Amino acid sequence: MKHEIIISGFGGQGVLSMGKILAYAGLMEGKEVTWMPAYGPEQRGGTANVTVIVSDKPISSPILSSYDTAIVLNQPSLEKFQGKVKPGGDIIFDSFGIAEQPTRSDINTWCINAMETAAELKLMKCFNMFVLGGLLKLHPIVTIENVMKALRKSLPERHWDLLPMNEQAILKGMEIIKKV
Amino acid sequence: MKGNEAIAHAAIRCGCDGYFGYPITPQSEVLETLAALKPWETTGMVVVQAESEVASINMLYGGGGTGKRVMTSSSSPGVALMQEGIAYMAGAEVPGLIVNVQRGGPGLGTIQPSQSDYNQATRGGGNGDYNVIVLAPNSVQEMADFVDLGFELAFKYRTPAMILSDGVIGQMMERVVLPPQKPRRTDEEILKECPWASNGMGLKQRGSHCITSLELDPAIMEQRNLHLQKKYAEIKQKEVRYETSFMDDAEYAIVAFGSASRIATKAVEMLREKGERVGLFRPITLWPFPEKEIEELATRVKGLLVVEINAGQMVYDVRLAAKGKAIVNHFGRLGGIVPDPDEIVDALMKVKSEAEKA
Repeated sequence: MKHEIIISGFGGQGVLSMGKILAYAGLMEGKEVTWMPAYGPEQRGGTANVTVIVSDKPISSPILSSYDTAIVLNQPSLEKFQGKVKPGGDIIFDSFGIAEQPTRSDINTWCINAMETAAELKLMKCFNMFVLGGLLKLHPIVTIENVMKALRKSLPERHWDLLPMNEQAILKGMEIIKKV
Repeated sequence: MKGNEAIAHAAIRCGCDGYFGYPITPQSEVLETLAALKPWETTGMVVVQAESEVASINMLYGGGGTGKRVMTSSSSPGVALMQEGIAYMAGAEVPGLIVNVQRGGPGLGTIQPSQSDYNQATRGGGNGDYNVIVLAPNSVQEMADFVDLGFELAFKYRTPAMILSDGVIGQMMERVVLPPQKPRRTDEEILKECPWASNGMGLKQRGSHCITSLELDPAIMEQRNLHLQKKYAEIKQKEVRYETSFMDDAEYAIVAFGSASRIATKAVEMLREKGERVGLFRPITLWPFPEKEIEELATRVKGLLVVEINAGQMVYDVRLAAKGKAIVNHFGRLGGIVPDPDEIVDALMKVKSEAEKA
């Protein structure tokens, strides 16, 4: 098993931390992982993306030309990475940030209304966990149990009261992802 | 954890006595992690945020002069500022560890990854005839492992050692097994390992020590230089490190170090899938450079592609070593852009078509 993922969006959407939690969860399952951010001077509102690879075998390059799955959370990200999804791969977008939908017919297109749902449920802080839930519905790369362990690792203990709402977001994300 | 974090953890665990540094992207997590781990409360390791890179390297000169295991880290523009101090350390034979998490240049350049300090690192970088030992990690694991190795080599040969990394390895996260905690050396152990040190220990028995790179008598200075050259010759003979993969039946080889070697490995995997017989040669020590091994490689393959994240620096060392026995091409991206595996595949196919024409 090897899954190569790009997650891209605005800074502040939790793109990097979503990738980190996925990578940590991979580690908890004894898999090899790499987490490579496109780091820059950007803060909230800038662009942010991260390449996460989860594999049974040692990983050669943390930087890739093409991906199994692209998660795009704004229009520039969609335009940048749509062409880099492997044929037969998946693109996941949140309709909130997207004016023009993906156009490729040789890949699977999935929509997740994460922003809208997060706002409805007043779980905006967990926006990225809705998206992660959507990804895990398509590709159960890691178990939810290990995602929760990963969250415990990356959240300081004083924020552990937020763990149940994160789990709720992941489960809801699995429900609301739809094929386009 | 990130490569930069691994450096900090490894420093504490290998019994480092002191860290002096000034923050700069993309290596700031080294100092941040040390500050968070507070090793002064556990092992007694000193951590100082210096007022500048020039101050850091001179603190390193002072700390190393007392026989302590001391290190600094920075990124390209900061390491450029340190060159005077590194030359002083080489001249005065003071051990120490310098970490360069490279970013694009010249000047302040960008904050994204680059390997464009290869020439500076492998040619000494400052004034005078000297070299520093240069280790090029290509994983977070090696970021951790090379801290102790760097110190071992620096003290064995009484010379500065450098870990030449870059923004990819510094910023990426992957699995790492940290080394077990070693105690810091006791005064007695330092006295035994560094009888040359200027630390006030054993003063009555041995008289005072003076650590300096200055010598006004050229005849003595020539002898001192010859001594350094003899030492460098020994390092070249004994400390060359490299790694090969997919080389058994290879007709072509990619030569790459550090993060470029990771991306090149992916390109080799892709080329192998297409049925191309391509292998990878990775220098781990950039100085001493694996000259003999590259020469031998050049006799076995039809062409070499040197992949670096710069305009072509190591390629000259590869050409010198290959002695015209194989075609040697270069591929690189500049200014903070990192090549992707597809580009490397294309560049290798060009080497192949050139070799077939010749």
